[in-house]
Amino acid sequence: MIKSIKTWILVGFASLLLVACGQGGGGAGSKKSKTLDNTKKAGFVKCGVSQGLPGFSNADESGNWSGIDVDVCRAVAAAVLGDADKVKYTPLSAKERFTALTSGEIDVLARNTTWTLSRDADIGLTFVGVNFYDGQGFMVRKNSGINSVNDFKNGISACTNTGTTTELNMRDFFNSKNISYEPIAFEKADEVVAAYDAGRCDTYTTDKSGLAAQRTKMSNPDEHKVLPETISKEPLGPVVRQGDAVWEDIVRWSLNTMIEAEEYGVNSSNASSLKDSENPAIKRLVGSEGELGAAFGLDNDWSLRIIEQVGNYGESYKKHIADTGILPNRGPNQLWTKGGILYVPPAR
Amino acid sequence: MILKKFSIENKKARDLIPQVITVLALLSVIIYFATNAQINMGNRGISFGFGFLNQEASFDITFSMIEYDGSHSYGRAFLVGLLNTILVSVIGIFFATILGVIVGISRLSDNYLIAKVAEWYVEIFRNIPLILQIFFWYFAALRALPLPENGISFYDISFLTIKGWYVPKFIWTNLNIFLLSLIAAFIAIYFIKSYATKQREEFGKQIPTTFISLSTLILIPLITFLFLGVSLTFEYPVLKQLSPTVFTYAGGVSIIPELIALALALSMYTATFIAENVRAGILGVGKGQKEAAASIGLNKNQILKLVVMPQALRIIIPPTTNQYLNLTKNSSLAAAIAYPDIVLVFAGTALMQTGRAIEIISITMLTYLTLSISISIFMNWYNKKMAIKEK
Repeated sequence: MIKSIKTWILVGFASLLLVACGQGGGGAGSKKSKTLDNTKKAGFVKCGVSQGLPGFSNADESGNWSGIDVDVCRAVAAAVLGDADKVKYTPLSAKERFTALTSGEIDVLARNTTWTLSRDADIGLTFVGVNFYDGQGFMVRKNSGINSVNDFKNGISACTNTGTTTELNMRDFFNSKNISYEPIAFEKADEVVAAYDAGRCDTYTTDKSGLAAQRTKMSNPDEHKVLPETISKEPLGPVVRQGDAVWEDIVRWSLNTMIEAEEYGVNSSNASSLKDSENPAIKRLVGSEGELGAAFGLDNDWSLRIIEQVGNYGESYKKHIADTGILPNRGPNQLWTKGGILYVPPAR
Repeated sequence: MILKKFSIENKKARDLIPQVITVLALLSVIIYFATNAQINMGNRGISFGFGFLNQEASFDITFSMIEYDGSHSYGRAFLVGLLNTILVSVIGIFFATILGVIVGISRLSDNYLIAKVAEWYVEIFRNIPLILQIFFWYFAALRALPLPENGISFYDISFLTIKGWYVPKFIWTNLNIFLLSLIAAFIAIYFIKSYATKQREEFGKQIPTTFISLSTLILIPLITFLFLGVSLTFEYPVLKQLSPTVFTYAGGVSIIPELIALALALSMYTATFIAENVRAGILGVGKGQKEAAASIGLNKNQILKLVVMPQALRIIIPPTTNQYLNLTKNSSLAAAIAYPDIVLVFAGTALMQTGRAIEIISITMLTYLTLSISISIFMNWYNKKMAIKEK
């Protein structure tokens, strides 16, 4: 804890210093990308992740990161450096994340971050897409007799994290229902779970995927349930610094490639064998047709490497979210062709 | 002539030049970083400014001493955080001082048990990192406290539960008249005291000031209750059911467990250092002073109160000022347990929502600087007052 407080105060200072010393990204519209050059020079992608959210970005005992957010960074590394493992992960709290990105400490932020207007437009950030459609929900104790948000009454206490959109949604929700509530906002997810588990608050609110993941950390997971209502839209996606259009495109299309690959049935095991496919869209994906990589200053196999080394979106979802029991049902995170809302512009 | 004025041989110039160069170098470094920051923020489309302070904060805060909800501005949220920081610091300093003085004196007690208990207390609490103590008081105590439906009741008017300590709320009519009468009482006491001092010094007459002061303090406000329409009623907390198994208390005032845990941890920790200062101060008074006091027939308590303490204070105050400053700064650890102090509310949530790291961190640093300097100024004034007056 003390470390995290120190870290973000340091980040505050770092922003003073780094913003001062760092060099401006390549101007918008130019073909040159300072971030791309620096990444190639360093030999790894600087990626900001969460401090541990199962399914999204979580480190195992030996420090290996995995999750669908982590896979975005791995895809960028595969595209740019040819090796998905060449990523340096920086765990960040909700509060530290944007400062770390704008100050240049990291180049890609893949940390279950909600895309909102003010974040996109106001503070020097650019969201490049959505890799998980989420929504905010509530968790309560099963024996509480609360079965819907309509059962909430005046005086209820709700725990959540500071510095997140959930804090704002929570207020909008309770205000719209005209319910007075006691908001208790902690800095780290672990403390929210501990306080809720102890009975300090009656409900715990955050993104539904987060609730599902955190429930596994409770002393007795079966005693808790997530209410059916979703009170907000939480499109989570990777973020880059404003002002480096080429880098922005690389990250955006690394994510899009994973989703498009699933759409065309290209996966990590069959990708290389599809080089001579009949379908031109597939041929473009595996790099045997067109010169798409040149647009970013990359070679033509960039997308093939992503699919081979990281896999398509469906593989990533299955491995990290479905098979871990967090959210077995893909819900809105299904391809548009299968009833979901995953729809990416064509790679051509 | 002029040349000589600035030459190496001129002692004044020799002393001055290095200082001027240092100041100039420092200034240019600051200006260099400031302009660079400005250029880079411009490149990244980040604007600099304090206009955000007037924007709607749109987040709620658990505990506030002034009226606040999410429709107020970030500036107001800053004020809420600042007041909460001041509140926990004042409570912490108050209890740390009392506990510190008691423990410090106890360590010098002739009673073996008391001295040993005090020693153990100091050695344990000053050697465990504060953040762990805060977590201990919060999470351990939280788990030990009962849920609202089984709350620990004090005469059915106050309840201690995991959700907080619910106490009766004071509802005043004509509070301002009552406060004015209190001020009047204090002014009266001041004049009584100075009159008594004068009587004692001039005529050797002893006037029982403690008794008279106490009566004044009770009588004058009592008159306002009887004749001036001041009244006080209480609103008691009442158990309220929110669902089959969820309860809370409605009415009354809730003292949140975060505040209790933080104040407890801060005062227990800082008291150990103050206790050592007190012990050092008392031991620092010459043995001859006590013997002389004893020889003119003062008893043990009188020796401590009239001879030892006034001299010991001169030794105690300066290092204790440091402890007060530490306590105030340490209160920023509040963020760990969700106590809405300035760091959590302003340098935390507001920073996150606005993304204005440089502005918010600078404001927060300046605020702590101002708080610390205010405490320093007050303590220096008190120190001067207590110092030996050379006539």
